[in-house]
Amino acid sequence: MRVVVDFDKCTSNAVCMAVAPEVFEVRDDGYLYILQEEPPDALRPKMEDAVRQCPTGAISVEG
Amino acid sequence: MASGGRIVIVGASLAGLRAAQTLREEGFDGTITVIGAEPHLPYDRPPLSKEALAGTMPDEEVYLPLGALDADFRLATRATSVDLGERSVALDSGQTVSFDRLVLATGAHPRSLSGLPDLEGVFFLRTLDDCLAIRARLTPGCRVVVVGAGFIGSEVAATCQGLGLDVTVVEALPVPMVRGVGELVGRRCARLHADHGVRLQLGVGVTGLAGDHRVEAVVLADGSVIPADVVVIGVGVTPATEWLAGSGLDLENGVRCDRWCRALSGGEAVAGVVAAGDVARWENPLFGEVMRVEHWTNAAEQGRAAALTLLHGQEAPVFDPVPYFWSDQYETKIQFVGRVGPDVRVVDGSLDDDRFVVAYGSEGRIVGALAFSRPARLMAYRSMIARRDTFPDAV
Repeated sequence: MRVVVDFDKCTSNAVCMAVAPEVFEVRDDGYLYILQEEPPDALRPKMEDAVRQCPTGAISVEG
Repeated sequence: MASGGRIVIVGASLAGLRAAQTLREEGFDGTITVIGAEPHLPYDRPPLSKEALAGTMPDEEVYLPLGALDADFRLATRATSVDLGERSVALDSGQTVSFDRLVLATGAHPRSLSGLPDLEGVFFLRTLDDCLAIRARLTPGCRVVVVGAGFIGSEVAATCQGLGLDVTVVEALPVPMVRGVGELVGRRCARLHADHGVRLQLGVGVTGLAGDHRVEAVVLADGSVIPADVVVIGVGVTPATEWLAGSGLDLENGVRCDRWCRALSGGEAVAGVVAAGDVARWENPLFGEVMRVEHWTNAAEQGRAAALTLLHGQEAPVFDPVPYFWSDQYETKIQFVGRVGPDVRVVDGSLDDDRFVVAYGSEGRIVGALAFSRPARLMAYRSMIARRDTFPDAV
């Protein structure tokens, strides 16, 4: 499973960070950082939650 | 009847779409019919007061991705009534659609101001067509008056200011956004407008509009007259339940639902009927409160929750979210989690800064938090609210 963020769409709302802080981190510089691009499969439900809750539809999961 | 059969979704916006997508993801293999009053496939409303209004987002990007969704969309079609005994929905085309299970997701209508004449140049902003009609009028040098300093009004003001237009906001209450964020932060929001050269007329209502065919000015209760080429009225919404009158459903400022989003009739859940989004007023067990939430995230999450209830009944999780919304105004990202409470404390930065976080408490418990341009710090409060942490210990 690979997490992909479209940074043209991302507006750093940090909703993904609330859902899965082990994968997504918005830092004080205002940008989103992906901490694990290929998170373990156990995190799949959280990744799907992050995809659904992202207000700008910037996150997708491949594989 | 958990799988198969006919599911009708009334409302083709975010809540209705998420319900349809969830049904398919969960393996529902019957028919899904989505009734939409507007002529458009589902689109995203947040950009309508921001990028889509400014014209900086290509129009096609406003549509929500449908993927390979297998559903029959009946667009430009309004549901006029529902017969819960016959299990059918009547449409304005004269047709009826039968259902085994039903999702109510008709959203809300903009509230109007009584006694105003019908003039050109006066708009509400709810739909994509509203947005495009307003945008066509935002020509260089035009004077915009926004009536109502809630979220929509404040965002429209910020967008128009960004286009270099002359903007005045008129609000009947003494503080902007007070219903959504409380008085302390509301006053800070007033400063945000003032800092950007947007005039605010607070604590004074609109009594009339001047002009023959086309609006020329807005008349206020104190007798002042504000010249206007474009007027945008954003004074709140009312849930779209008029078509459900006489259905037997409990209608109390929305479709009254239980904690599984099941619509109630005489206080009892109606089998196979759920509601989601702006139209649903449900019991949120996290707060022990009956609430109706008019924001994007709630429409998305409740559409999903309602669909899970249709498929799994009370085996589905109860719908107990921490409400979340955001509002982009000028360069500031305003974000809110939870509910407004009577106790307010600044927990990060200061109200004099461009960035800060405020926490809200009620009866010794943290119930909400708001941030100006502090997204990561705000999100930490979302879990504290979900855990029912004590206030002020949590902050």
